[in-house]
Amino acid sequence: MIPLSYYVTLSAVVFFTGLVGVLIRRNIIIILLSIELMLNATNINFVAFSQSLHNIGGQVFVFFALTVAAAEVAVGLAIIIALHRAKSTINVDEFQLLKW
Amino acid sequence: MEHLFFFYFALVIAASSVLVVALRNPIYCALSLLIMFFHVAGLYVTLHAEFLAAVQVIVYAGAILVLYLFVVMLLNLKQDERYHGQWPVAAGVGSVLALEALVLILLKGHAATARPAVPEAAAELGNTEALGDVLYSTYLFPFEVASLILLVAMIGAIILAKKDLGGESMQ
Repeated sequence: MIPLSYYVTLSAVVFFTGLVGVLIRRNIIIILLSIELMLNATNINFVAFSQSLHNIGGQVFVFFALTVAAAEVAVGLAIIIALHRAKSTINVDEFQLLKW
Repeated sequence: MEHLFFFYFALVIAASSVLVVALRNPIYCALSLLIMFFHVAGLYVTLHAEFLAAVQVIVYAGAILVLYLFVVMLLNLKQDERYHGQWPVAAGVGSVLALEALVLILLKGHAATARPAVPEAAAELGNTEALGDVLYSTYLFPFEVASLILLVAMIGAIILAKKDLGGESMQ
């Protein structure tokens, strides 16, 4: 029986990596990939707690998180394509229209 | 044996998630994310969530990641400036968060391990049956909302990625 804290630690490490990726990378595609990392970290937590508390509700919520992730990817990639068409770059530093 | 599997999966998940952030080429990043998805699926199997493991492989690795690779190859990126200009801020925020997480883990580590797992009656049904049972009874309304979210995302993605809505085709 693996202690719950191991899963929580693993999830924290992955979530933290995703957070750092969102903060430091310039490529929008990598930023979206980092958001996927964070969603997966929360999913690991959900499943681990669902197993530990003997409650299947956690796994149902992983299902919903997966749905939201799929929707986010579809809309996010469409936005990336539109941005690339407008400026022919996906470097986030180039998109500063609202900056003064 | 259980610990061996857990540490293998945990090590590969952590290493490949660091690679996603650190690698230069977006295609390599996406492929290391693929490795991470497969190992998360393996972790789900060790947690007796077999249905979620299958869904993880089919939806994440099969659909989402293919979409990513498709867009990366469609955009045909030449050079990639790697890190953001605000990385000192990120390092500051990150180190504070890491310290906080470390303190929380060290404080709560004993309580989590000391508490014995409650050996309740294991579900007589399989994982998939139990999940479907709950999903279509207790969580029926969120399930319908999720389908609506997917519909809205589908329409939104088509409209956003379409080149010119109606303007050209009118003439």
